[in-house]
Order: sequence, then structure tokens, then C-alpha cells
Amino acid sequence: MTEENKRKIVIPGEVIVKGEDYLPGEGTQKKGKGIVSFRFGLAEELNKLIRVIPLSGVYQPRRGNVVIGKVENITFNGWVIDIDTPQNAFLPLTEVPKYVNKSNLEEVMDIGDMVIVKIIGINKRGIDLSIRGRGLGRLEEGIIMKINSNKVPRIIGKEGSMISLIKEETNCRITVGQNGLIWIGGSNIEDELLAKEAISFISERSFVSGLTDEVKKWFKQKKNKK
Amino acid sequence: METSKLTEEKIKRYLTEGKRFDGRKPNEFREISIETGVSKNAEGSARVKIGKTEVIVGVKMDVSEPYPDSPDKGNLMVTAELLPLSSPKFENGPPRFPAIELGRVIDRGIRESKFIEFEKLCIKKGEKVWTVFIDIYSINDDGNLFDAASLGALVALKNARIPKYNEKEERVLFGELTEKRIPLSKEIPLSLTVYKIGNNLLVDPTKEEEETSESRITIASSNGTIFSMQKGGLKELEIEEFYNMLNLIEKTEREILKKIEKYLK
Amino acid sequence: MAKEFKRTDGRKVDETRPIKAKVGIVPNADGSAMFSFGDTIAIAAVYGPKKMHPQHQQDPEKGTLRCDYSMVSFSTPERIRPGPSRRSTEISKITQWALEPVLIIDQYQTMVVDVFINILQANASTRCAGINAAAIALAHAGIPMKNLVSSVSIGKIDKQLVVDVNKDEEDWEQGEGATDIPITLTPEGKITHIQLDGKITIKQLKEAIELAKNATKQIYEAQKKALKEFLEEKNKE
Repeated sequence: MTEENKRKIVIPGEVIVKGEDYLPGEGTQKKGKGIVSFRFGLAEELNKLIRVIPLSGVYQPRRGNVVIGKVENITFNGWVIDIDTPQNAFLPLTEVPKYVNKSNLEEVMDIGDMVIVKIIGINKRGIDLSIRGRGLGRLEEGIIMKINSNKVPRIIGKEGSMISLIKEETNCRITVGQNGLIWIGGSNIEDELLAKEAISFISERSFVSGLTDEVKKWFKQKKNKK
Repeated sequence: METSKLTEEKIKRYLTEGKRFDGRKPNEFREISIETGVSKNAEGSARVKIGKTEVIVGVKMDVSEPYPDSPDKGNLMVTAELLPLSSPKFENGPPRFPAIELGRVIDRGIRESKFIEFEKLCIKKGEKVWTVFIDIYSINDDGNLFDAASLGALVALKNARIPKYNEKEERVLFGELTEKRIPLSKEIPLSLTVYKIGNNLLVDPTKEEEETSESRITIASSNGTIFSMQKGGLKELEIEEFYNMLNLIEKTEREILKKIEKYLK
Repeated sequence: MAKEFKRTDGRKVDETRPIKAKVGIVPNADGSAMFSFGDTIAIAAVYGPKKMHPQHQQDPEKGTLRCDYSMVSFSTPERIRPGPSRRSTEISKITQWALEPVLIIDQYQTMVVDVFINILQANASTRCAGINAAAIALAHAGIPMKNLVSSVSIGKIDKQLVVDVNKDEEDWEQGEGATDIPITLTPEGKITHIQLDGKITIKQLKEAIELAKNATKQIYEAQKKALKEFLEEKNKE
């Protein structure tokens, strides 16, 4: 692949490159002498490893991911949480860092509450969650928005550069769940809505380079309008 | 995932300041876009978009025997389908209550207002009359399907043309339209819905706002005359609130009519 | 075969009607697309993979593809009564069979990918338009696929083979009448769906399949273009 089409849009079944010395990475398969995509997204090459960055599709949970979910149900020993995956996700009592009275589970987290959780295991039964760790637990205040989970890396940016930019420009605390749910907490609703708009703006675009500059320009325009 | 409690709280709180997430005022509609003639085999059709909400409405006509208690009048049948493709909330299968309610509310608005002049749809008294079928389909639900459906039905009716009818062979020549329009009265029975969230009222909710709302009133009216009304939702209304809702609908009706005038010529 | 066979809409015998394809027409869906052959317009939306309900239909070994094809009541000159018919139930199933061979969904055990197809305007070849829209929508939804599939109807009108049958041709009654062959191919020429009704020799059927191979190449290009243009347009906003 040349420098120009280092990232090109590909569709399932499309041959990305032809050549024996390329390796099939994520979203690709080796077929004959070439590498073929099986996703719709951006193909990129890194040291002969070809992978396809999907720009759409449902969230694929991974161990270690921090995600945002909603409490769906309370059982005798924990909480069933909807983290926007088809599999069931469960937070057991044992994974809460403080002591919880078995008869008072809903005081810690009630049905309908939004929570930040960490995925500590994925198996046939479902997904295991934990809130042992800094920043995890029930969310108070703020607003919740949802973007496609494949856009999360773009919202965070290289070494967190994009999310830092948004936080600075809007004066908000922001937690981005790997599942595409995002919590925004500001001192007033206007700031929160500005952050929400900025995130929507970024997630609707798919090019990777030059995005930070576009976003800086966008914030300037918004502030000038006031 | 449905709208979270956190966001619902925010929506309610923001409304008390008269503000909404997308910057609209409580009595403001999103952008309305209307296309006619979107389905050629229909006698009349329209696509209505309000923000991201989209519906398609088609008018079909057929000739049959009249009902025994109205031998010289044509008939109307309105159905609505909430297509599973338009929202993760809608499932496949026979119409459930929301689709049934939508169809019936739109039906009553058009029927009670006598918008369609049914006596003029009589071909032969006691034997042959025209039936007008209005079929409403949701294509994307981002809130306020009621009003989108009403706009679509009215525009589709206005733009419909009556097909040729072969009296000798007693059959409709579908696909061959005459220049004649469906006989309609001058008053447009526009149907508008006001939603109650907390102690505040608004029109044209987004999906989030609709999920946060507790009650709604849909009214079909024209120039201060009300033809049909439906209250939906669990919460009760104070009489003052109810009167405020009526006022809001009256004000909004004028603005919306101005916006859609050109499609109703 | 008459060299100058006149089709009712003036097309050449191997010409499809004008093709339009657009991605992302249903914002709520995980993937969506519209596809049309001339006056036949289909829209498709994909939701999934997601939990399969009812539970007893879940497959513990692999993911399930569930297709639903339906025509809006005013899509045809005579109104269609709302609700499923035997015809729509059959087309829903063959649509699933046409798409499933190219989907990679074994890893989605107990889950379902729902595809909803609605025909907004019908002028024959509706199942083909539906399959084409569905294939694009599945890719847009990020479902892993070995390839797209492309579908077209080949007709034999009296003795003449034609590509992309319209309603007049479907209803042809003179001579040997109309034989309708809807067929779906992968870009590599594998058949994932084929049906036939009418009257045709094996020799002509083989010719029909060759015609289909060429026609589906054009359709594939239109599907690919719609997907790529969708991403490029988003960047320009």
C-alpha cells in the first residue's frame, strides 16, 4: 500500500492488498495471494500487518474495558446491568469495595441507575463486572449520551488528546465508556450540551487525520456565535 | 437502551427554564420536510420528515357497496403500522396498541372534521361508493409520530387523484388516474400533540423527550373548532394545565399551517 | 432470438433499469439502505447482533439471521391488505437463504441479526431489490461478511432472454409467455439463491445464468459505491 491509501475505505469481500508478505490482522482474512476484508471500514497498514477499522457495528466487549450501563435488575447477591450487549452482565456483591448489607442492595444501586463498571471476565454464562477501582460506581448528576462504540477511539484520541481538548473547551468532566455510552458532568447544562454536541460532531465523521484541527475550529465557531 | 433517569431529570430541569437539549423553545417544531408522489402506485402519497422522524403515507381507493346505514356516502379506513425497521422498540407481528391508537386517532381527526365530502364519493346510491384507504407507515421514529402521521395523511389526501372507474364492467382501472381530486372541505383538520413533562408543556418531542413525558393530548382542529381529542399517558392533568395545552395547540396550529401551506394547495 | 427485440421501456435486452442505492436512510437502525431498479424501490434495515427473543428460538451453536420481507399496502396498483401473506413469508425465507452464506455469524451464539425489508413501490423484481438493499445494510451494520451478494431477475419473454424484468414483462402472455428467474450471486459467481417459474430449456437457462453474472457485476459496483460514498459524504458535512 502506498502512503496515500494507507487508509482506504473497504467493503466486505474487497481485496485490500495483493502480496505474499502481508499479514492478515483484525477484520481481514488471507485469501489466495492477498488480504481480504470482512468488514466495512477503513483499511490500514502497519509494518505489513493489514487491519480494518470498523466504523459501524455493535460493541464487542473485552476484558478490562470500562463501560457505562444501566441497572436492570437486583438479585439476592448482585445487580444485573445492561451495558448494551446481547449477553447478560452481572455485578456481584463481592466486587463492590465497601460493605453492603444483603437486604439493602438498592441503596447502593437501584434499578434505573447509571453506573460505570469494569469488565473482569467474559464467559459462556455472561459478562462479569466489578466496581473495585477508582472512578467506578454509580453516576450522579450529568447527562448520558450514546455513540457507536467503534467511534470511541476517535473521541479519546491519540494519548487522550481529543477528550482532553473537549474537557478543556467545555469545562466538563467526561467518562467515555468503551461501549459507546458517555457520561458528561458540568457545572451547568449549557456546558454539558456543548460537550454532547462536540462528541456527536466527531463521531459522525470518519476520517482520522486532521480531525483535531477541525474540532478546534468548530469550538471557535461555537464560542464566537455567543 | 431507553433514556436514563439522569437524562430525564436533566430534561425536566432544563424545561423549567424553558429550554430544550437541541436549543428549541417548548413551542418550536423541528425542521419539517414534505415530499409528495413518493409511491407511484398509490393514488396519493407523501413522505413527511420532522427532524429525524420519518413517515410515509399512501392513499388508495376502491369501489364497493356502501354501508347499509349510509347508502349514498363513501367510506374511509385509516391504518397505521409501526414498522420494526423504524425503531428497536417495534416488534414484528400484528399491530399492537401504539399502532392501533395512532391509526384510530388520525382516523377520527379526518372523519369527525368531515374533511372528506363522502356524499360526493357516491357512484350509485345503495350500490357503489368509493372507499378511501389511508395507510401510514413509520420509517424512523425519533419522537412525535402522531403529528408526522397527521401531516402525511392530509398532504397525501390533498394530492391524491381518483382512478378511472369502468361502470359497465364495474371495476376500477388502477394505474389510470383521472384529473379529479378527492372532494375535500376547505378546513384543514390539522392534528397536533402537546406533551407534559414534569410541570411543563412542549410540542414535537424527540424520542428522549417523548420517553420522559408522562401525558399527552392530541387534538385535531381548524380555526378554533375542535373535531377530535385524545389524552394519552398515565399522569393526570390539572384543568389549568389542560387549558394551557389547548392554547399551545392553537398557537402552534397557525405556525405549522403556514409552513405546510404549499403542500395543501 | 430477434436481434431487435423491443422491450416495453426501450431497454436493450441485457440492460438493467436505472439503479439507485443509498446507505443510512434509517438513523435508528444499526445499518440501513435503499436500493431501486427503476420504479421498484426497496428499503432495508438491520438490527443486531442482539439477544434473541423468544428464548426457545436461540441457537446455542451459532448466530441466527432472521429476515422479514413485506410490501406496503400502496406499493402495487391494487391495495395489499396489511399483514403477512404466504408469498411474503416465502420471500422472507429465501432472502435469508440468499444472504446467510456470506455472513460470518458463528461467533454470535444465541444472538440474532434482524433484517427488515419493505417494498415502497413495486414494478416486479421486488425480492431482488430487497436482497440488494439488505446486503448493503448488513455491511453498513458492521456485520462481518465474506462478501456482498447481488440479485437480479432474468426473464424469458416469449423466446427472448432479458435482464431485470419489469411488470409488463412479468405479465407477458404472448407466445411462450414469461419465465421469471430471480437469481442472487456472490461477486465470485456463486449462486446463493435461484428460483424459476415458466418454461425454459436447459440451454437457455445456462445462457440466463451468464446474463445474470454480467448484470450482477454492475449491481455489485452500485452497492460498493453506495457504501463508500456514504463514508465520504459524512466527512464533508
